[in-house]
Amino acid sequence: MARHHVTATVNGEAVEFLCETQQTLLEVLRDELRLTGTKEGCGTGDCGACSVTVDGRLLCSCLMLGVEAQGKAIRTIEGMAGGEKLHPLQRKFLEHAALQCGVCTPGILIAARSLLESNPDPSEAEVRYWLAGNLCRCTGYQKIVEAVLDAAREMRGA
Amino acid sequence: MARITLASHLFPYTGGVRGLELDVANVRQMFAALAERYPDLQGHLENEVAVVIDGEVYQDALLQTIAADSEVILIPKIAGG
Amino acid sequence: MSASTKYEDKPLRIVGTRPLRPDGVDKVTGRARYAADYNLPGQLIGKVLRSPHAHARIRSIDVSAALALPGVKAVVTRDDFPDMPVEYAAAGELTINYRDVTRNMMAREKVLYDGHPVAAVAATSESAARAALKLIKVDYEVLPHVIDVREAMQPGAPLLHEEQYTAGVSPRPGQPSNIAKRIEFKLGDIEAGFRAADLVIEREFNTKPVHQGYIEPQACLASCTEDGQVELWTSTQGAFTYREQCARVLQMDVSRIRVTPTEIGGGFGGKNNIYSEPLAIALSRKTHRPVKMVMTREEVFRATGPTSGANIRIKMGCTRNGRITAAQAVLNFQSGAFPGSSVPMAAMCTFTRYDLENVHVVGHDVTVNRPKVAAYRAPGAPISVFGAESVIDEMAKKLGIDPIDFRLKNAATQGTQTYYGPKLGVIGYIETLERAKAHPHYSAPLAPGRGRGVSSGFWFNIGNETCSTLNIGEDGSVTLLMGTVDVAGGSRAAMAMMVAEELGIPMDKVKPVVADPSALGFNFVTAGSRGTFAGGMAAVVAARDAVEKLRRRAAKIREVPLEAVAWKDGRAQPAEGCGVQFAPMTLAEIAKVAGKTGGSIAGHAEINVQGAGPGFGVHIVDVDVDRETGLVKILRYTVLQDVGKAVHPAYVEGQLQGGAVQGIGWALNEEYVYGADGVLQNPGFLDYRVPVASDVPSIDTVIVEVPNPNHPYGVRGCGEVPIIPPMSAIANAIESATGVRLCDQPMSPPRVLQAIGKAAGAGN
Repeated sequence: MARHHVTATVNGEAVEFLCETQQTLLEVLRDELRLTGTKEGCGTGDCGACSVTVDGRLLCSCLMLGVEAQGKAIRTIEGMAGGEKLHPLQRKFLEHAALQCGVCTPGILIAARSLLESNPDPSEAEVRYWLAGNLCRCTGYQKIVEAVLDAAREMRGA
Repeated sequence: MARITLASHLFPYTGGVRGLELDVANVRQMFAALAERYPDLQGHLENEVAVVIDGEVYQDALLQTIAADSEVILIPKIAGG
Repeated sequence: MSASTKYEDKPLRIVGTRPLRPDGVDKVTGRARYAADYNLPGQLIGKVLRSPHAHARIRSIDVSAALALPGVKAVVTRDDFPDMPVEYAAAGELTINYRDVTRNMMAREKVLYDGHPVAAVAATSESAARAALKLIKVDYEVLPHVIDVREAMQPGAPLLHEEQYTAGVSPRPGQPSNIAKRIEFKLGDIEAGFRAADLVIEREFNTKPVHQGYIEPQACLASCTEDGQVELWTSTQGAFTYREQCARVLQMDVSRIRVTPTEIGGGFGGKNNIYSEPLAIALSRKTHRPVKMVMTREEVFRATGPTSGANIRIKMGCTRNGRITAAQAVLNFQSGAFPGSSVPMAAMCTFTRYDLENVHVVGHDVTVNRPKVAAYRAPGAPISVFGAESVIDEMAKKLGIDPIDFRLKNAATQGTQTYYGPKLGVIGYIETLERAKAHPHYSAPLAPGRGRGVSSGFWFNIGNETCSTLNIGEDGSVTLLMGTVDVAGGSRAAMAMMVAEELGIPMDKVKPVVADPSALGFNFVTAGSRGTFAGGMAAVVAARDAVEKLRRRAAKIREVPLEAVAWKDGRAQPAEGCGVQFAPMTLAEIAKVAGKTGGSIAGHAEINVQGAGPGFGVHIVDVDVDRETGLVKILRYTVLQDVGKAVHPAYVEGQLQGGAVQGIGWALNEEYVYGADGVLQNPGFLDYRVPVASDVPSIDTVIVEVPNPNHPYGVRGCGEVPIIPPMSAIANAIESATGVRLCDQPMSPPRVLQAIGKAAGAGN
């Protein structure tokens, strides 16, 4: 099967890869670029574990084809920390024990960052509804919500 | 002689006998004695029961001591998820 | 091994505080590696061909076209695996029979459920593997199927196993049956109990199978060398158990398999049994290349074990003062394609919260054409308790007695005789009920049209084989090798805390590592709420062993008698009142010279942990029921539970909240939907609806601590109890809101509407 040559940026760095027509962006990230932080929970866009942002837009990478990444700027969990410093969301998740098995965590962090970038002062309900596309089976969501609200507070300088 | 009580789910294998006394020093000996007396119990003991000795629950404890005056109860094994 | 491991009430430095967990940073940066994140050079991708039929005989399998496809390197079918005799083992939870294990992983004579594996291929790419599956020709003789438990119990129902006769019945039946086993518990005289009752209530309940719903699908990577050594990376709750099971079904020596438990993305009991692992090993053996097999979400639903669905009947009697005189249950549990459901444990949990004189519980384990069930967090208990706690609520309401008071009147306590055998030890049910009654949620005003429900749960918790080794490095840092897989509850942190407490050193000097099985003796699966209890016990025993050796070493170095050396605050120092003086040595100081004074120091524990303490929980829930849509909204939820001792309170809270939300999903939305053809219609998260963040409010938690006398820190397992009360608590709340009692789970909008409509039509 002929493979396509694609160039894009991932976490600010230029990348290029080959992919088959039917390969999703998720498969490309994990299998071609070896960035395994983005997880597959369902492959059908229902669980959010594969959440990334593409040109600033939050989406499920399992619902996008690798070829569609041509020329786009993709951000994954691997780029969330600033060098040695964790992002406030990452720190707050640790402080609040907002993760247990951790497999949904990368997707939730990406989604939460996307929320705070567009709405720096969300209510609890807004956080819950924004994260409704990210399934977590371990925590019951409680501590996740608390961590996001606390991170928002810190990022506002409040 | 230790007093052994079988939980009711084992009665079908002993013809309804629910309690007996056995002269055994540990759990493994008790299983062997029970299986000898009630052949239908064979295969349903070691892997399927937990043993309560004087109020404490033991699982997979073949060499656990049974004293001469111990009260022993056999119950289904407990697992989890 | 030194001193007793009984509970000691003493001041604590670390246990009970909230340090950051050691494995956290890797998880928030995406660095943590789960099974599907592993890759080996030259690896092949393995895929499984699954039965499209619920029940069929396999006449023949032709893999020739698949093998001829470019990129395909090997195919395996039933011919590649030895048949196994009937052989029972407690190699995981729910005693397994190897004859069934080998058939579940790859069908032999028949396929027994939609999704049952029939063949597996290994190819150079995923697309080649998928294409190969399409070329495998299987000739099926389709048979009638049965998926409803009541139908399966009828004589004349389609039979899954021609050689299956109901066990536990005397005399042995002459006809085979889908009822694999009957189990019965009796206490007192049930008929006399009902005669003594002023009020008798009898109800029938039906529940559907639900899946554990771990977000990480099963995944494994197997690499078999030319001389037959196997390396296996897999997502599992028990590396030792998987090693044992793989070795058995492949007829290999356990010592030739090295299993690395990868970081696990949720298990909840569903990852105690092998699925694709032996297939990957067999394919790797054939190809001499690593083989990676990752399940899709659809495969997880179709072919890994959910809980049982069930039909249960509960009949209870009580006096007009609310004292229960009789409690009876018949529990009919689906086990799926092979026998072995959790009905024995469900039976033992049904009424155990209460001090009763007359009890009769009968359970049936019934095979049906669905995937073989697996354990799911307190296996069986949520189902039988759904029935029992609903009937108790109905009794309390009919008598005009407060639901918590009703439970207090009958509550089990220390010394209560259970109906399945032992007497209960030190437990915290009454304390938990009283805290619930005093909690502001219980007395908060409730708007009209809304309802409040209460329920309670009990789980035994277990211990079992656990091994730990504690190594002290030359710089005084401590590595704890644990065999108990950290299934995410944070047990690594709790272990490190207990070790730090025992040794008297800061927690950041302790590094907990989940070891692969070659490093330690046998460890049972992490299930049964045993992670922190048993793992912690082993960690403490290993630490105390190390302390003994440190004392001995300090005595030698300082040339003083052993009795003169005490271990306190992380150092060997003169024992009080012994009259001998010497310069104290810290752990780091001893470690530095250990090599030259006799060798490194390590502590060991290879134990079979007994003495697990039962846990009790009480839940309070407020609901709003929309009369037009049937939607039940959870407005407020409080979980109270006796955990013995919360080593790390934040992780205990996480267990209470997570378990409660799984229970809410079970109550309101989750179910397997089958068509008339026996094929699963909703194998995905779109139509198998688990709770999302906007479905649930804040879950308040109250940690009650009645220490377990058999654990040094009083720990009771806590992970399973929280999933037990939600179904009944919510059913009770819906009844309060609408006057209608739902007895069929899930209580999804169509069912709620139907029940309200029926009641209105009947003029209720």
